[in-house]
Amino acid sequence: MLLLTCPYCGVTAEETEFAPGGAAHLTRAGPGEGDDALEAYLFHRANPKGVHFERWRHAYGCGKWFLAARDTVTMEVFGTYPAQVSAPPPELIDTIRTKRPGWEPA
Amino acid sequence: MAHRLDTGGRLIDRAAPMDFSFNGKGFRGFAGDTLASALLASDQMLMGRSFKYHRPRGVVARGHEEPNALMNIGAGPFFEPNQRATVTPLTEGLEAESQNHWPSLETDAGAVNGLLSRFLPAGFYYKTFIHPRPAWKHLFEPFIRQSAGLGRAPKEPDGDRYEHFYRFCDVLIAGGGIAGLQAALKAGESGARVLLLEQAPVWGGRAAIDGDDVDGQPAADWIAGAVARLEAMPNVALHTGVMVSGVYDHGYVLAAQPVPGHRPGSSTSRERLWRIRTDWVEVAAGAIERPLSFAGNDIPGVMLAGAVRDYLADFAVVAGARTVVVTNNDDAYRTALALHAAGQAVPAIIDARAETDSPLIAAVREAGLRIAFGTGIAQVVGGKRVTGVRLCPQSGDGTMTEEIRCDAVAMSGGWSPAVHLFSQCGGKLTWDADQAFFRPDPERAPMSVDGTPFVFAVGAANGHLESAAAQADAAGTPIPAATEALIAPVWRMPAQAPVKLREKTWLDFQNDVKVSDVQLAAREGFESVEHAKRYTTLGMATDQGKLSNVNGLAVLGDALGREIPQVGTTTFRPPYVPLNMGSIAGEARGPIFQPLRKTPMDAWHESHGAHWEPVGHWRRPYCFQRSGESMEDAVAREILSVRREVGLLDASTLGKILVKGPDAGRFLDMLYTNMMSTLAPGRCRYGLMCSENGFLMDDGVVARIDDDTWLCHTTTGGADNIHGHMEDWLQTEWWDWKVWTQNLTEQFAQIAVVGPNARTLLERLGGMDLSAEALPFMRWAEGEIAGIPARVFRISFSGELSYEIAVPAGRGLELWERLVAEGADLGVAPYGTEALHVLRAEKGFIMIGDETDGTVIPQDLGLDWAISKKKTDYLGKAAQARAHMTDPERWKLVGLETLDGTVLPDGAYAVTEGNNELGQRNMIGRVTSSYRSPTLERGIAMGLVQRGPERMGEVLDFPLIGGGVTKARIASPVFYDPEGERLHG
Ligand SMILES: [Zn+2]
Repeated sequence: MLLLTCPYCGVTAEETEFAPGGAAHLTRAGPGEGDDALEAYLFHRANPKGVHFERWRHAYGCGKWFLAARDTVTMEVFGTYPAQVSAPPPELIDTIRTKRPGWEPA
Repeated sequence: MAHRLDTGGRLIDRAAPMDFSFNGKGFRGFAGDTLASALLASDQMLMGRSFKYHRPRGVVARGHEEPNALMNIGAGPFFEPNQRATVTPLTEGLEAESQNHWPSLETDAGAVNGLLSRFLPAGFYYKTFIHPRPAWKHLFEPFIRQSAGLGRAPKEPDGDRYEHFYRFCDVLIAGGGIAGLQAALKAGESGARVLLLEQAPVWGGRAAIDGDDVDGQPAADWIAGAVARLEAMPNVALHTGVMVSGVYDHGYVLAAQPVPGHRPGSSTSRERLWRIRTDWVEVAAGAIERPLSFAGNDIPGVMLAGAVRDYLADFAVVAGARTVVVTNNDDAYRTALALHAAGQAVPAIIDARAETDSPLIAAVREAGLRIAFGTGIAQVVGGKRVTGVRLCPQSGDGTMTEEIRCDAVAMSGGWSPAVHLFSQCGGKLTWDADQAFFRPDPERAPMSVDGTPFVFAVGAANGHLESAAAQADAAGTPIPAATEALIAPVWRMPAQAPVKLREKTWLDFQNDVKVSDVQLAAREGFESVEHAKRYTTLGMATDQGKLSNVNGLAVLGDALGREIPQVGTTTFRPPYVPLNMGSIAGEARGPIFQPLRKTPMDAWHESHGAHWEPVGHWRRPYCFQRSGESMEDAVAREILSVRREVGLLDASTLGKILVKGPDAGRFLDMLYTNMMSTLAPGRCRYGLMCSENGFLMDDGVVARIDDDTWLCHTTTGGADNIHGHMEDWLQTEWWDWKVWTQNLTEQFAQIAVVGPNARTLLERLGGMDLSAEALPFMRWAEGEIAGIPARVFRISFSGELSYEIAVPAGRGLELWERLVAEGADLGVAPYGTEALHVLRAEKGFIMIGDETDGTVIPQDLGLDWAISKKKTDYLGKAAQARAHMTDPERWKLVGLETLDGTVLPDGAYAVTEGNNELGQRNMIGRVTSSYRSPTLERGIAMGLVQRGPERMGEVLDFPLIGGGVTKARIASPVFYDPEGERLHG
């Protein structure tokens, strides 16, 4: 059972205290942006084996949504950060690059 | 014969005899016995019948790895199947029965399976299932159902209680043998919070039995000293009788403990499930002995050599008077020595290895026992009991050289480290070819949250089988040189065993898998170990292949011409031994399975005949039954009282979410399909919410409270989800929008007052002008009713004159009781959810979850009027424009009227000519809601039908389950008061 740290309230808690929300940093496509953009937004997910950015909500805590970088194979959590960003923080990218040489953000 | 010696037995108390029964027959054992040791002591070697062939089976092992001695234990609410007799402590009055036999354990009709065994090869289930199909249904399945399977399911609810127990530590050590004790000492001295758990009732593991020296002391002394030192450390907690059963991601660990002293029916919990969080896990789980693969290795009396030694040391019980030892390694020599020292006959040690030497072998020679090197067992002689063994050269094809009379066989195919806990959350193994076992690979250990390894194996679990080496491994000191001669990998005995022997050579005792089955799987192309395992069911029984996995892999590798590491190993999954379902549930059962949400008027409903219906976590009255009424009668009466007089509905469970802020209007315009920003304060509007995929999620009335405040009503079940959905968009997409949401559902009690007399009733309570002029339809007003602060919403879900009144939750019951009292002469009656559903269906109003199922868009339901054409965007708008969503062939909402007035079955499908690609009738629609309307005195239904609204008046066929067809005509879904006159009162 994963341990996650909520970046808002600072609580480290078990997975059951959080609710998962799927892949992070999706770009919303609305009306008029074309069927391909809409299809990519609604259905296409990278589902990587390795580094993955994902959405979590501290559902049984402060209620805030946040984002996490996690390795889907080893379960290592590289870091969590507030959801009000459109890309992962550069320090986190550096951390992951150090730990996973050769990895580059998508 | 098996019997108990007059002296010895370190675990039993001969002063405390205990009576118990097995298959209805009385037996006696001692306190400290297991069920298995007590049965063996009385020469009850036959303990069960095998799963597939109903072969007679005796006990094989000492502990949790036991595949055969599975029992039904207890009776009534305390009955439990598949209990391993080897770990069931003997208690006074215990009732046990063997499983999988008919009519009796001794004489089993199903044993005929054995004669048919050539018709039941590996993959039998799959093969017969495919062809011929009728044979499966009429011949094989009934036969298999009657004869196969383990145990029987309990018929009564579990009468015992269970509890969960939470622990936190820095270092968890699983296993209290030499390695575990040493690891605990080391961790304890470092100051860490240590939790040491041992499954057995005593400390020390095998070393205590084998009597080796540890760190220069006799094992028993070393163990006593280590336990005393640990008990003196304040930062160390140590417990026997607790089984670590699962290691999960990031240091979550489950352990199971039978609560000491518990008896069936006593008030204590029966089992305690430890839920542990630890930074670090050390697996000191020891090793598990492997059987050898020779013909007849499942005949009762053939046991693991280590187990034979354990029964002697722990319980003073021997499996026979003359025991032949057969081995490929040194350890079984300890068994020969122990039996010999206890005065038991050991006619020979059959050693498959070429002649070799070691201190243990020398000791056996010195004892004057015969050793036959390079020799194997061609076949065990006997039926329900061993009567002898036939020997042969190990390298040959089983040609017999000699027969030895004996009544027990102690076999050892070597030991496998118990790597389960290391592997369960991702630890990988390496094959040690010298010692012929898989060992944990510390370079590929399970990772913790920070990416560092957190599970480590020590001692025998780490591949250091000798006591001194195990202790040194756990202490981190240099590993002493081995004293035992090397094992010889022997996966088949003899090496060239012909098919007639291989067919009698068992790999997996519990699932009845033979060497020949695994070879067949390989020939049929099941090359992956995971496929071969599923095809043959090797290792898939309740023992998860603890004895059989490595032997099975070796046979598979041999058949495929590959080495064991190339074949790989299967995945180890928690729990290590089966956990009782009651343990997993703990106290969460019955009324406290989950929290129950009750409205402020719940107690009133309870005392007025409410039949409850669960809605989300709430309970709501389904109907209020009066004496002499059926539930159906009650629902009909409630509906008619709403249509003719006045009804009261407890609507408190409806979601009420306040949305406030400068950007609240803009936000709601994105959330709802229709325009909410233009709604004037004091007005209400019905709104639809869709997912980004376009599908309808929720509906409800939105009221504008003031310039920057809206109150959004949601469905009962949807309130929390919709609030989460709002927060999702506000926090992760439009985080710069100034909007605040608050879920106020429980802050208000809400009562719907519905029917022609609604206004009259409310006017009697006084306080607000609720006339048609002061409060028209789809308006709301704030004021006081009966002296209670209230918001009154003039909205209707029934088509009648209707007011929904929200008051502070604490005053809901007061208002409810006033309405009941003041309305007596107006015919006031409370109504429940079923009347609510019928009333709305009579008006053609949709219900989320009935007319919607996650694939339905508002346009399918004729709700285009509630979709803004002006807005450039809202959630789901883009998706609703996709080709499939605008397809004119989509199934759309219509009303359905049966020609004969009967009620269509809910969920029934409308069919048309022809079949689809699956050979099923083509379907063109389905019923989404169907009721008997007391108002119209006939069945009414709503449904989704292909091009439905274009086909008004057409008659469709709805085939019924069990035969027959109901015909129904497509009609408007608004069955009652289509002009909408009644809601004005
Ligand atoms: Zn939080």
